[in-house]
Amino acid sequence: MLPRHRVIGLGIMLLLLLVAPPFLSSFLLTLLTQALIYGILAMSLDLILGYTGLASLGHAAYLGLGAYSVGVLTTRHGANFWVTLAVGLLLAAVVAAVFGLVALRATGVYFLMITLALGMVIWGLAHRWVSMTQGDIGISGVPRPDLGLPWSLAKGIPFYYFSLAGFLLALWVLWVVVRSPFGQSLVGIRESESRMRTLGYHVWLHKYIGFIIAGTVGGFSGVLWGYYNGFVSPADVELATSVEILLMVALGGRATLLGPALGAGVIVLLKNLVSVYTHRWLLILGAVYIGTIVYAPEGIVGAVRQFAKGVKPEPLRSKA
Amino acid sequence: MGKKMLVWIAGAFVLVAGVGPAAAWAQKGPIKIGFLAPMTGGAAQVGKDMVNGLTMYLDEVGHQIAGRKVEVIVEDTQGKPDVALTKLRKLVESDKVHVLAGGLFAHVGYALAPRVDEYKVPMLYPVMAADDLTQRKPSKWVVRNGWTSSQPSHPFGEWVYKTLGYKKVVVIAMDYAFGWEIVGGFQKSFEEAGGQVIQKLWPPLGTADFAPYLAQIRRDADAVFALMVAASALRFPKQYQDAGLKARLPLIGGGVTMDEFVLPSLGDEAIGTITPLIYSAALDTPVNKRFVKEYRAKFGKVPSYYSETCYTTGRWINEAAKAIGGNVEDNEKFLAALRKVEIPDSPRGPIKLDAYGNPVQNIYIRKVEKKDGELWNTVIHTFPAVSQFWKYKPEEFLKQPVYSRDYPPCKYC
Repeated sequence: MLPRHRVIGLGIMLLLLLVAPPFLSSFLLTLLTQALIYGILAMSLDLILGYTGLASLGHAAYLGLGAYSVGVLTTRHGANFWVTLAVGLLLAAVVAAVFGLVALRATGVYFLMITLALGMVIWGLAHRWVSMTQGDIGISGVPRPDLGLPWSLAKGIPFYYFSLAGFLLALWVLWVVVRSPFGQSLVGIRESESRMRTLGYHVWLHKYIGFIIAGTVGGFSGVLWGYYNGFVSPADVELATSVEILLMVALGGRATLLGPALGAGVIVLLKNLVSVYTHRWLLILGAVYIGTIVYAPEGIVGAVRQFAKGVKPEPLRSKA
Repeated sequence: MGKKMLVWIAGAFVLVAGVGPAAAWAQKGPIKIGFLAPMTGGAAQVGKDMVNGLTMYLDEVGHQIAGRKVEVIVEDTQGKPDVALTKLRKLVESDKVHVLAGGLFAHVGYALAPRVDEYKVPMLYPVMAADDLTQRKPSKWVVRNGWTSSQPSHPFGEWVYKTLGYKKVVVIAMDYAFGWEIVGGFQKSFEEAGGQVIQKLWPPLGTADFAPYLAQIRRDADAVFALMVAASALRFPKQYQDAGLKARLPLIGGGVTMDEFVLPSLGDEAIGTITPLIYSAALDTPVNKRFVKEYRAKFGKVPSYYSETCYTTGRWINEAAKAIGGNVEDNEKFLAALRKVEIPDSPRGPIKLDAYGNPVQNIYIRKVEKKDGELWNTVIHTFPAVSQFWKYKPEEFLKQPVYSRDYPPCKYC
């Protein structure tokens, strides 16, 4: 079980997320909703980046697959939420399965390059397969889902709770995965692939399954994203988005699940809220990144953990 | 306590907590204009031109419209649709703006339109030109006071055939909706007049090296029609000249290939290029001369069409607000007034909206010339009062699909 102080900390955070909405301005509420959806995406990337040690630069592809499933199916076929959800998850899983076959032949920077290329394939499709995706114009007019609830999800607060439920579900799934023996084996692979192989683990298969799970959960965030924005365009699957997700994970703290979600929150707020006050917001974002790399190489959560343990965080120094 | 009650209570909290300062409740506070433009990212400089235009107009009227103070809230879209949507929510829900304006890229326009309709806050599109925004997918609350991409191309195509006498043209254009629409409009009227588009090349957005495309250009053509934007517009003319093509095949193109935003960065390689657009800074009218002079004095550069359309947007809002006695809180009336605005003397000439909500305005055929060491788009021909459908019947025009990479098909390729 988790230590008590952490349970209390998490409980307070959850409580805040639950009771905050009515007290927030609608703008802050939309940002919080965005943060939750991006949080899911960042957590899913954490499974392969943090736990398995594979840095992917193509994770926005899954966001796009989920979002395009919603866009195409709702506007063209009037599909309901469950259909789009099923198709979105399945599509993301299948694509992850195919991409995994290609990408997992490599590790390190080569893995990075291959995932980048594969991500660009999805971007290229979104851009060029005009009859399906409407190209760079994007698909607009996606209605909010109707789940037969007494609250219309077209409104900000119900949709926030809807996203929160999705977030908690994704968190639970990923938490179960990383706590399972399978998740532990992923950590083992990250630490020493050869040792795991010697111990008789089918290293490739473990990585492959982890990759597919990450892609599927990423697709889930895409489904929510499509409904949230009511709009999908190639901008959602750009390289810039993939980089942003990577930074969310690094900022929050790798292999901590909640850390990346926190990182997502920080970046979404910086990007949208700070830019309201100054057009120099990129400068601030840059300073935050550099500050994190230098003073908290393990991310926000890592720094907090070290602080709680009484260890002074070690600033990054070049090895002399 | 029923569920409904809970929702009401929650709703009350939102109202209390969300609105912020009490000033927002005042009926006759300032008129608030929410302006969306890319202020960071690749298109930041265009965004600046847009904001400059609006600022200049509001400075001229002392930030007073219909007897009320005007407050402009500029939000950075970063050129991305999802950020634009977020900022739209902020402007409407938190700032309670009375009217919206701005936007640069077509996909931002399509993303915003359905939301604007939901909010029922009128929005002016001074720049976003995607054809279908006022053709096959119009929005009630969007008032386009800019242009449609294919609007300048329609008269231009026929003019090129009849006046310049080019029979065969090669097209090289950026591969996205804006490019397709500009090319589509040109091809339609050019081929109907008797010309032939014999080749279409589609380099992707952001292409830096055009050599592979320039090498493919068929030399049996009479001219090349180019549509370039942003960084590509800066690079293309030089590469076209260096490839030895300029002397052999005259360059014509879409208006933004040579607009006032790119001209200062180009050299002599641009001279002689002929393009159509709704505006030219070299337009020889007293209104425009004064506009250009004062804009230069204020911002240190020649106004682009982005500046002009946003300047006119300020005027547009002013005219509409005056017509309803400054009561911009009545959004339905305000929208109706915005649709009725007619400006006979804007820098770009007379403007009024057609029945589909797109301006009927002059199209200028412009030729790049050098005057006093600077490049200018000299107006060599004016098509007065051109609508987005030009000489076509709207009902029949709308039966054809929106221009795309494959429409009109390339019959002579």
